[in-house]
Amino acid sequence: MPQSDGSSLWALTNAAGRLSDRVLWGADASVILGDLARGSSLDGRIGELHGRSVLVATKDQLTAALAFIELDGIARRLVLCPPDLPQDHVPIVMATAAVDAVVSDRVPAEAGTPSVGPFVACGPRLTPVVPERNGRYQTEWILLTSGTTGLPKMVVHTLSSLTGAIQDARTQATPVVWSTFYDIRRYGGLQVLLRTLLGSGSMVLSSATESTDAFLTRAGTHAVTHILGTPTHWWTALSSSSAHRLAPKYVRLSGEIANQAILERLRAQYPQATIVHAFASTEAGVGFEVGDGLAGFSASLVGQRGADVAMKVEDGSLRIRSARTAARYLGNEGETLVNPDGFVDTRDLVELRGDRYYFVGRGDGVINVGGQKVHPEEIEAVINSHPGVQMSLVRARKNPITGTLVIADVVLNVEADSAKGRGEELKDEILRLCRAALPRHKVPATIKFVPSLAVAATGKTARRNA
Amino acid sequence: MSVRSTVLSQFKQVATEQNKTLAPLSDGLALLDSGLDSLCFAIIVARLEDTLGVDPFSAAESANHPATLGDFIKLYEDAAK
Repeated sequence: MPQSDGSSLWALTNAAGRLSDRVLWGADASVILGDLARGSSLDGRIGELHGRSVLVATKDQLTAALAFIELDGIARRLVLCPPDLPQDHVPIVMATAAVDAVVSDRVPAEAGTPSVGPFVACGPRLTPVVPERNGRYQTEWILLTSGTTGLPKMVVHTLSSLTGAIQDARTQATPVVWSTFYDIRRYGGLQVLLRTLLGSGSMVLSSATESTDAFLTRAGTHAVTHILGTPTHWWTALSSSSAHRLAPKYVRLSGEIANQAILERLRAQYPQATIVHAFASTEAGVGFEVGDGLAGFSASLVGQRGADVAMKVEDGSLRIRSARTAARYLGNEGETLVNPDGFVDTRDLVELRGDRYYFVGRGDGVINVGGQKVHPEEIEAVINSHPGVQMSLVRARKNPITGTLVIADVVLNVEADSAKGRGEELKDEILRLCRAALPRHKVPATIKFVPSLAVAATGKTARRNA
Repeated sequence: MSVRSTVLSQFKQVATEQNKTLAPLSDGLALLDSGLDSLCFAIIVARLEDTLGVDPFSAAESANHPATLGDFIKLYEDAAK
């Protein structure tokens, strides 16, 4: 759809000002935003991409960021290809989005994309041209969700729905240096990039090939002030010997349930920081953030009148209506993203206790023990409250008697792990905590200490059913 | 530890953890009268699989379910051979 108001991502970035002071730092290269006024990352071929449906399939996050900045308003559609998209899904994704051009930092043979139109190289070494950025299109941004089975869902956003939660971003008095453990090709990471661009900040981009230690060190070197990640990211960061290299003013968690234990650990590690947890999803957009240091959220948020995000709870599941939700799924014609009443069902289950709602798990993550429902996250919250525990994963184990039992994989923190020989004692302590806080069928039948947990490309702890 | 003593110690351990009063253990004890419920047995079976490496319940035909503690121990002794 053509647009005329000139509110492309480049125009908004430009309007935020101070382009020459602002930098995007990748793991291997960096680009000063001001240089994009005199050069292009797209090999001087941006003219070939006007009005096209462009797959941005880069190895590197920095090159992807540059392509997004340059192509919003120019391309009809941007398809954000996450780094872990299986090769055999690429042709289907391209066909569904009617892709007719590819932007990549790889050579065509390596990128493995079917030949559909221009294949434009993209990189951090800018071509000295004065690019015409008279964006005419209201570009559709297509984000891919991470289904664990089958094809990813393709979610349609616009720059306007993606930036709906970004307010007063330009009022920051001191320069903000953003960073995130997330990849910017996914909703959470893209939010951070857009906040950076619209809010006159700089940003340190993460890299899939970099260790947590190396990333934290790099973020510390660039004096990151605002940093975001999942609780799993943060558990991992806190166990790293480089956690102290950060001195953030603002720490934000989203993507998984932020329980009290992780909020307390972050508070202890970064006493100078504002620590908030937020609810957002690719489909529902940014819902709300919670800044009182407590898990869950105030029940007064639900059913509030006149708020820019309306929330309700139906069948235990949180539903959200706002201008920030995605429009629809691409391809999946049979599947509804937005219900007729305008609400998006997040499929995140909440429970009212007192005057707060608490997230209890995902509708599709429930474990059935002898006919009783168990949310693994609820048990993990109890296990993680043990001071010796770094993180944990509760999962189902087949059982001939009850059908299923819950068992726990537990990663100990450095101190607890060094106290070898106390293993049985620690297991007993953790089980006693669980027995005191949970009904019998939710207490793990066995606890296994493991060196680490598998983390999905989304930064969330990998769950088979989630 | 023999299969028998491994089984018996799991019975005692799980009964303690689950706050159940365990009947005096003898081969003739009917499992239904042992004081343990199905969740207790589920946990015992899972832990015995970890220690002994076998789960005779998943392998066995359904007709084979033991009625007494003696049958239960024999099932594990046979499976662990």
